Amino acid sequence: MNVVIPAINWSSIGPELILSLTAMGLLILNVLANQGAKRAIPYLSLAGIAVAFVFCLRLWGGSEYAFHGMVVVDNYSLFFKIIFLLTAALTVLMSIRYLQEEGFEQGEYYILVLFAAVGMMFMASAADLIIVFLGLETFSLSIYVLAGFFRTQPRSNESSLKYFLLGAFSAGFLLYGIALVYGATGTTELKGIYEFARKINLLTDPLLLIGMGLLIVGFGFKVALVPFHMWTPDVYEGAPTSVTAFMSVGPKAAGFAAFLRVFLYSLSSLQTDYVWVLWVLAVLTMTLGNVVAIAQRNIKRMLAYSSIAHAGYILVAMVAASELGTASVLYYLLAYAFMNLGAFGVVILYGRKGEENLNISDYSGMASKHPLLAAAMAIFMFSLAGIPPTAGFVGKFYIFSAAVKAGYIGLAIIGVLNSALSVYFYLRVTVMMYMRNPEKEFAGLILSPAMAIALIIAVFGTLQMGITPSHYLNLARQSILALM
Amino acid sequence: MSQTEFPLLTLIIFFPLLGVATLLFLNKERKETIRWVTLAVALLEFIFSLPLFFNFRLDTAAMQFVEKAPWIPEYGIHYFLGIDGISLFLVLLTTFLTLVSVMACWADIQEKVKGFMICLFFLETGMIGVFVALDLFLFYVFWEVMLIPMYLLIGVWGNPKRRIYAAVKFFIYTMVGSVLMLVAILVLYFHHGAASGIYTFDLLELYKLQVPFPLQFWLFLAFGLAFAIKVPMFPFHTWLPDAHTEAPTVGSVLLAAVLLKMGTYGFLRFSIPLFPNASYQLVPLVSILAIIGIIYGALVCLVQKDLKRLIAFSSVSHLGFVMLGIFALNVQGIEGGVLQMVNHGFSTGALFLLVGMIYERRHTRMIEDFGGLWKQMPIFAAFFMVVTLSSIGLPGLNGFVGEFLILVGTFKATGVYAVVAATGIILAAAYMLWMYQRVMFGELTKPENKVLKDLSAREILVLCCATVFIFWIGIYPQTFLSRMETSVKSYLVQVNAKYQAGLKLQGEEGGRLAQAASAEVGKK
Repeated sequence: MNVVIPAINWSSIGPELILSLTAMGLLILNVLANQGAKRAIPYLSLAGIAVAFVFCLRLWGGSEYAFHGMVVVDNYSLFFKIIFLLTAALTVLMSIRYLQEEGFEQGEYYILVLFAAVGMMFMASAADLIIVFLGLETFSLSIYVLAGFFRTQPRSNESSLKYFLLGAFSAGFLLYGIALVYGATGTTELKGIYEFARKINLLTDPLLLIGMGLLIVGFGFKVALVPFHMWTPDVYEGAPTSVTAFMSVGPKAAGFAAFLRVFLYSLSSLQTDYVWVLWVLAVLTMTLGNVVAIAQRNIKRMLAYSSIAHAGYILVAMVAASELGTASVLYYLLAYAFMNLGAFGVVILYGRKGEENLNISDYSGMASKHPLLAAAMAIFMFSLAGIPPTAGFVGKFYIFSAAVKAGYIGLAIIGVLNSALSVYFYLRVTVMMYMRNPEKEFAGLILSPAMAIALIIAVFGTLQMGITPSHYLNLARQSILALM
Repeated sequence: MSQTEFPLLTLIIFFPLLGVATLLFLNKERKETIRWVTLAVALLEFIFSLPLFFNFRLDTAAMQFVEKAPWIPEYGIHYFLGIDGISLFLVLLTTFLTLVSVMACWADIQEKVKGFMICLFFLETGMIGVFVALDLFLFYVFWEVMLIPMYLLIGVWGNPKRRIYAAVKFFIYTMVGSVLMLVAILVLYFHHGAASGIYTFDLLELYKLQVPFPLQFWLFLAFGLAFAIKVPMFPFHTWLPDAHTEAPTVGSVLLAAVLLKMGTYGFLRFSIPLFPNASYQLVPLVSILAIIGIIYGALVCLVQKDLKRLIAFSSVSHLGFVMLGIFALNVQGIEGGVLQMVNHGFSTGALFLLVGMIYERRHTRMIEDFGGLWKQMPIFAAFFMVVTLSSIGLPGLNGFVGEFLILVGTFKATGVYAVVAATGIILAAAYMLWMYQRVMFGELTKPENKVLKDLSAREILVLCCATVFIFWIGIYPQTFLSRMETSVKSYLVQVNAKYQAGLKLQGEEGGRLAQAASAEVGKK
């Protein structure tokens, strides 16, 4: 084996470096600076995110391996990085006021968000299973802490502990899977695994078979596929709402980024062997997520089950596996970032310290008191339900068209029926907002400019991706060329 | 295809949204201003739609007022609009009835007026879009978009007791049908792409595709389910009585007059020309369901105590006639069907308006609460009489022309169906006249009814709008039929040619299979 050591190309991990340096700098600032300067931390984080974003745009179009084939910078990873940066930025914007109100205005929060984003970005550009694992651990550790950030609230602690225990457990599965795959193929490089997998017959290689199974379990935990979803509702419910928003989008996208790269690239030659597993998981995930969401009374739990269901839709596209299918995953995750973060943004804004308004019935009569906020929430709900002209509809359209094109018509039918089922619980929020009389007095909203900007971005993204999807679809298509 | 200079259809679709934008800037407390602005926009919208009627060319069956621009070119999705003799009147009906609705809800809607008018405009955009879209994706988008305002109209301004139940039922029922149609659209799209190399949602391109038989059958069922729920055909009609009864008056009017037509229009525009062989084979199924709908709807009407519910079930019966006419698949049947769609819009729309007017006065819709209103409200009674007779199909009024054509068409196709369906007309006379008798004639016994005021000038104007057309279509239907004729004839030629070609293909395939089978037997 020829070992070629390429020159260390720092700029290829530029966005990650920038974010890491920003986070570390802020860490020091947080210790040294006085109270007034600490207030600048969220804005400085935003600045770091913006610079990283510009850096991502500059790298667009290239495709290169760096650090001895450990990371790869291609459009695929950059597309995901943009999703993570967007998610982090919106989360920061939505958190500022929320943390102040809850009395946990601490710089560490933003720093942890930045570190989590770094982990996710590494996961997206991983060209080696080791980097996948490192990225996963980096963002998971940050989010364990974030979930328990409201340290005086027992529910937040419970959420953090549950997520930590199950997360550690699932990381074990993933690591064991990586070890077995290494044992079978002799390499942890995704390229090497690809070369190896092309030549073998899966059924004759139990080691690889078990390894792949464990990988599916590991990724399944992170993206919350049924039956590995048990942690989701409790963790989502207990964590601070802004963290829930972050973790419902970021880790899911990161998980899928690596999941797709490992399974649709490295193991693509074995697709016919494992596809039925994904088929079954997709059906279970969509159906259970939607059915159980119907019974929820708490909006965070409902959105938790809805996020499980959405992982199911994305898995449908993975089953289809084609160019179209992969592109639709990217498109869908971006759309999902806008609409889900938007929905959580409304939940955050609508809550008050001591009066969180987390029951769906608390939304009764909201439209008459806060018409604009209710309209925004309605747009997010209709988008999550997949009704045009919103991003959610176009996303589902792409996913199901990929499934139909690949011949999985049965799966597409199960998918669309699920989507019709989901209309029920998304509609219930609009029923409450528009059709019921208020059950209690409304406290006035305290709308911070940051939150307003976040919601405007989310509404704009949700509608624009639904009305003129052409541009975004092209981006998604360009992004997956490297993978195919 | 004639490409017009001015994007008239685009203007008609999106002008209501301009109205929405204007309304957003008005203070919601200034209800009177909001109403006048809405009226002005609706009137302008109707005026804008008139050139469609006057500039409509009678000598061509091609799509007119065509507009085409790429929307999502990677997918072959276009912003593609156009109308022919079949959709022309549905568009005009929509713009006209929206105008009437704005006048009709003047006194009825007192709360959240601004929101109501905004919903009305969104609904108008969606409805017109459905009728003029010639791209399957675009059609689907409008088809779904229109659900949201209707859902809000029922759910927010409906009858407080059961409005939410009715609104959610309406939404989910329609949604289930339409998502299956979405899968069918995708299957059709990829099949067309694989067969011809062109991936497109362009309806006129897709018309040219000969879908192989078993697939054609499934696609027909998937499209058919979505449309049958909307029509609604028996046994998918159960959402309709709830939605109609709980909706505010104007909601019921638009629901009956326009939304239901989307189902029948869908069969005409999509199911039959795309899948002619399946359509021909399934004529018995559709016709029998239509006849069951006619008779069942009529029988249920006989036992209704609630005026609105009675009219809702009469819609099931009337739409059964439309379906029967369309699936006669001949000129008379289809022309009758299209005309009956328009007729039903006017007569049932007017019936809902009348019930709404009396409900505003008495706050009840129960038949038993009325009786002898004739004395108290003579003008109301006169209008009610005309509309009732129109709904029954009295010669000289619009209902007669439509039903007559439908029955002629059906008789030419399958005599038995026509004979059985005709009993529906007798039943219609029974339930409508009996209802009229109980509400209008007899002694004026209830003290509450003795103080009822007759119609106001505004209400008379509203009803005149509808009655003018009831007489016009009844006396001189040629204005309308002549504009349909060319389109319907060439439509049938097209469908028939495709059907024959399909039969031939099927025959060949069947022959090949038979040969293969006999060869197999020969070997043994």
